[in-house]
Amino acid sequence: MPPTIQFILNDRTISTDIPTGLLVLDFLRKYLHLHGTKEGCKEGDCGACTVLVGELRGRKVEYLPVTSCLMPVGELHGKHLVTIEGLNLPQLNPAQEAIVEEGATQCGFCTPGIVVSMTGYLMQADGPVTADGIKMALSGHLCRCTGYRSLKQSWMYLQQRPGQRRGIEALVKAGILPEYFLEIPKRLRAIPPLPEKAPSPQVVIAGGTDLYVQQGERLPDIPVGVLNLRPELRGIQRENGHLRVGALTTFEEFAAHAEVRRLVPDIDQYMALIASWQIRNRATLGGNIVNASPIADMTILLLALNATLVLQNGSAQREVPLAEFYRGYKTLDKQPDELVYDILIPLPPPGTKINWEKVSKRKYLDIASVNSAIAVRVEDGHIAEATLAMGGVAPVPLLMRRTGAFLIGKPLAPDTVTGAIEVAQQEISPISDIRGSADYKRLLTRQLTIAHFCKLFPEQIKARDVYESQ
Amino acid sequence: MNRNNHRNRRGRRESGERVLINTDAASHTRGESQYVDDLPRPADLLHAAVFGSPVAHGRLKTLDTSAALASEGVVAVLTAADIPGENQIGPIIPDEELLASEEVHFVGQPVAVVVAETAELARKAREKIRIDIEEQDIITDPIEAYEKGEIIGSPRVFELGDVASAWEQCDLILEDTCVVGGQEHVYLETQRARAVPQEGGRLQIFSSTQSPYATQRTVARILGVPNHAIEVDVLRLGGGFGGKEDQATPWACMAALAARHTGRPVELVLSRAEDMRMTGKRHPYVSKFKIGVKRDGTILAYEVRHYQNAGAAADLSPAILERTLFHSTNAYFIPNVRAFAVSCRTNLPPFTAFRGFGGPQAMFVIESAITKVAEALGLPREAVQRKNLLQEGDAFPYGQRAERCRARRTWDETVMAYDLTAIRECVRQFNETHFERKKGYALMPVCFGISFTSTFMNQAGALVHVYTDGSVSVSTGGVEMGQGLRANLTRIAAQALGIRPQRIRVETTNTTRVANMSPSAASATTVLNGNATLMAVEQILERLKRVAAQELNVADWQAIRIADEAVLHGGHDTGMTWSELVQKAYLRRVDLSAHGFYATPNLYFDREKEKGRPFAYHVYGTAIVEVTVDCLRGTYEVDSVKIVHDLGRPLNRTVDLGQVEGGLAQGLGWMTMEDLRFNERGECLSATLATYKVPDAFFMPDDIQVAFLEDADEPTGPYGNKAVGEPPFMYGIGVFFAIRHAMRAFRPNTELPFRAPMTPERVLMQLHQVEVEALTAAQASVAVTM
Ligand SMILES: Cc1cc2nc3c(=O)[nH]c(=O)nc-3n(C[C@H](O)[C@H](O)[C@H](O)COP(=O)(O)OP(=O)(O)OC[C@H]3O[C@@H](n4cnc5c(N)ncnc54)[C@H](O)[C@@H]3O)c2cc1C
Ligand code: FES
Ligand code: FES
Repeated sequence: MPPTIQFILNDRTISTDIPTGLLVLDFLRKYLHLHGTKEGCKEGDCGACTVLVGELRGRKVEYLPVTSCLMPVGELHGKHLVTIEGLNLPQLNPAQEAIVEEGATQCGFCTPGIVVSMTGYLMQADGPVTADGIKMALSGHLCRCTGYRSLKQSWMYLQQRPGQRRGIEALVKAGILPEYFLEIPKRLRAIPPLPEKAPSPQVVIAGGTDLYVQQGERLPDIPVGVLNLRPELRGIQRENGHLRVGALTTFEEFAAHAEVRRLVPDIDQYMALIASWQIRNRATLGGNIVNASPIADMTILLLALNATLVLQNGSAQREVPLAEFYRGYKTLDKQPDELVYDILIPLPPPGTKINWEKVSKRKYLDIASVNSAIAVRVEDGHIAEATLAMGGVAPVPLLMRRTGAFLIGKPLAPDTVTGAIEVAQQEISPISDIRGSADYKRLLTRQLTIAHFCKLFPEQIKARDVYESQ
Repeated sequence: MNRNNHRNRRGRRESGERVLINTDAASHTRGESQYVDDLPRPADLLHAAVFGSPVAHGRLKTLDTSAALASEGVVAVLTAADIPGENQIGPIIPDEELLASEEVHFVGQPVAVVVAETAELARKAREKIRIDIEEQDIITDPIEAYEKGEIIGSPRVFELGDVASAWEQCDLILEDTCVVGGQEHVYLETQRARAVPQEGGRLQIFSSTQSPYATQRTVARILGVPNHAIEVDVLRLGGGFGGKEDQATPWACMAALAARHTGRPVELVLSRAEDMRMTGKRHPYVSKFKIGVKRDGTILAYEVRHYQNAGAAADLSPAILERTLFHSTNAYFIPNVRAFAVSCRTNLPPFTAFRGFGGPQAMFVIESAITKVAEALGLPREAVQRKNLLQEGDAFPYGQRAERCRARRTWDETVMAYDLTAIRECVRQFNETHFERKKGYALMPVCFGISFTSTFMNQAGALVHVYTDGSVSVSTGGVEMGQGLRANLTRIAAQALGIRPQRIRVETTNTTRVANMSPSAASATTVLNGNATLMAVEQILERLKRVAAQELNVADWQAIRIADEAVLHGGHDTGMTWSELVQKAYLRRVDLSAHGFYATPNLYFDREKEKGRPFAYHVYGTAIVEVTVDCLRGTYEVDSVKIVHDLGRPLNRTVDLGQVEGGLAQGLGWMTMEDLRFNERGECLSATLATYKVPDAFFMPDDIQVAFLEDADEPTGPYGNKAVGEPPFMYGIGVFFAIRHAMRAFRPNTELPFRAPMTPERVLMQLHQVEVEALTAAQASVAVTM
């Protein structure tokens, strides 16, 4: 028997014992007949199913858009689920009005999801409405009809009304959100936590963004463990010499953290190229690592950062360097019952520069053909330390040990890059697949190696010189 | 010229237009618009899942559905043997079974339908179907199919002048091959239908189809009942783009078959993966061209051979092939042309209609040929294009002449309005000062014929009722799929009746109200159904005016007019309102309903001679596409697209602009990232949205400018309007040549093939042929020494 969970759906409180692993999308459409949330793909790629999930953070409830097609109902306990129906007021809200005014809906199938994301954007912390912000809100949405100009254009409209992104109360006052939102924090606090039961799950779900894509049909029928009900697995702390990152930390939480931003100054630029806003709100670092895709974006970054995993089984803990965690294609140094608990990222010596590159067929919301990250420190014109990771070129996310070793001690010069390219070619073993031919991946390994150095050392290394030095 | 871009469009909008932007818009934004599976569910609704062939070609030896039938919640498992009528769905040529009976011809070809209490149970049971197929060799390449005689229909040839003798007069003759990929529709709403049994063996079908009549008659054929036993109702589509012109039908047929067998309502909704695997897409083509020019770039002769990859069945391929021929010379006049085209049967899902309908593939080839010429002559590409643009009275290879030709006008306005000279200079400077980033641009003229090329299809019906409260109901054969038909019909009817648009309701498309409709396609939906609506409205208007004249005791009913809901006589307000007039007419027992019928005049085409006048008119336009290519990474960005488009007189600017931009986005996608792939076993490798990418908000440039020609009324269109759905798609072709232009700046002398889509992989690999050889050679030597 699945546990009885309690949550608020729009204005109504729901208690249910339906299977924990059932998708929120199916629950909405098939059980509750709320049809405003659409199914366009069931793989997180279209955004038609977007809903808001509100969670208590202190006294407030914070809302984030997520794809309901990859989220288990079991996780909703104690949360506020908002669908398009729960946003509708007698009059159109500004996001809705903007879309109507700009002619930004044609067939309409994508539209409710887009309204939810845009409204979700308005509900984020204070700040002006910007063109880039609206684009970010659209990042997880496909519209096959409009060509997006009119959708993007809606920012001009939203700049006038409401003008600012503001807290929930202000939005309610401005007639942009229904009044019931004001009562939600109180109502959520009244929901008791789930009784601690030792679950014997067949699978554990973190964000579900890999799991549901891979085995979505199976999950509603089997006992699943919902990791997101365990808050101790979230959060980032700075400890002596390293950052301790909870495995359940989402991509968005990771990138927003001050320590991470100090460590990886360009993180926002990288994030934009990883999944979409909705997915980043769900996707966890632990899931990215354990899913073991050779092309996992975060894992590649973490490899270059020399991360170590803390694995836990019951009360037993052990540490494994991330680079040693992968034994072969999707085989891990991990017992079935072990959880990735924390990720330890050593703080590198000052002067270490970090760069991350990704090439994919579509620049945004796509899986890489090849991705790569590097951490380098140069002293007196020579490379003192270098860690290079490449994805999509081997059965596992690959730490390029030999290339890294080759680089150390070499002068920062085009010839060094050329030399590194040769060594790198010996380390990789790409195969041809839908993301690109083996030859293409070999070429990208070369290109991204050049790109790393051109970007980190624009004065010393110019692409033209590397091209000519070969 | 009226620049309709974002900078000056705001604030200029006519008041009252808002309700007309898209009458569905508000309900779309509230999530209240319904699609097939959002309709209230009957309690006894069943769900179907389709079992498709796991292999691309073979003979069915055994098919065992017993375990599936015994599975939880399953009510029926249906196969070819359960079809009471004719197991045939081919729309043009009867060569396609609904459910395979003896042979399968492509991966995913429907073989059985599982009907169960829920969709999940139906899918689970489907796993238990056992099939044994004796596999046969497969063909995926159209030229191989042609060489093996696997063709559909017979090859066709359009000719103008005499190419054979023209070659001698040419200073330069060039040949090459173009390969262009297919394209998945990615309508956001996948294929779906619901069939509901009615008394007396009738079936009511709610379908997401562009072609309610095709769906109706095919279901009737499958079930062996007359058409009148099948009612098809279409509220709206969540996108169609041609993918639901013919290929919505099989799913409706399967739902109908299941409803017939179970006596219960049955819904069939394809998952995204099923849809992408089982349904047809835009046709891939291989085309060989030979082009002959004078030294100054004047094209004297053009010979092209189009090999269309039709997939496993004819579907609409012959009609699409025909349009490829019609558009083989795009917006250019070439005095000597020989265009050959053949439809080749392969073991892939039957390719089908998609915005442009064979036209884009043809235009890609002529644009490639012109590019090759320009590169060989050392001329800017646009110089060769401009020199050969159509002029008034020029003949197309199919005999029709260019009337009200606006090829040069849109071109020249584009060049002027968007300052091509400045663009060129900016690109030159950028490329001089950057090593790994290069800019490129290309112009793309479009000339696209409007009408169904099968003349008989250019007909439409409308049924208009005026109710006694003055509200109006309009039914036509046209289907709303986001193209704004409802908004356009509302405006047309309101304007003609002289009443507020709020009084008009455009109904669902239903085969019992309008019969025998043509599909909503060929960009002609508004033109045909708008005209039919006008013809119905005018009948009612005349009757009402006669009533008004009697009521007002005036003899000249022609002097009566209705404007702003007021009845005028000789231009003066009579004090009578629309509602009063309607009420009076009713009491006088005057018919307040009318049926209108429109058939586009002056169309004919002789398929023996391959000559005629197949099009009511042509739509013209020109685009400039600018890109920046990152030659280090092979990635690129579209910087801007600037268009001058010939719309006749705009009916509804916002709707029309949406059509232009939406078509453009699909065209850009087709040429760049939309990489439809099949492996050697005929399996689709790009059958998810994770592997098949379409343009997103970031890919589409922020700088899109669209200007509509002024003073360009089209006499045959409703209120001077021209069709707009398809032509803008082809502006997207320009991006291929813009990328190529930028690539040339990085590697001037590299051999670059005419092969689309131009994915980042192709860009990078083509720019680094030497480097790739070195890398792979080094690898080979490592392999040997190990
Ligand atoms: C539309 C879309 C776009 C995407 N784009 C990208 C992208 O650009 N880059 C990228 O790298 N990835 C991308 N992904 C993949 C995915 O989002 C990431 O890999 C994500 O990090 C997975 O995390 P999750 O929490 O959702 O994992 P889940 O799906 O919940 O779990 C994945 C696997 O890890 C296991 N697991 C999870 N957490 C733990 C733990 N703490 N201990 C032990 N086992 C655990 C699960 O049991 C499961 O086997 C995308 C996915 C989608 C749907
Ligand atoms: S249905 Fe497409 S993202 Fe959820
Ligand atoms: S309006 Fe049709 S998909 Fe966006």
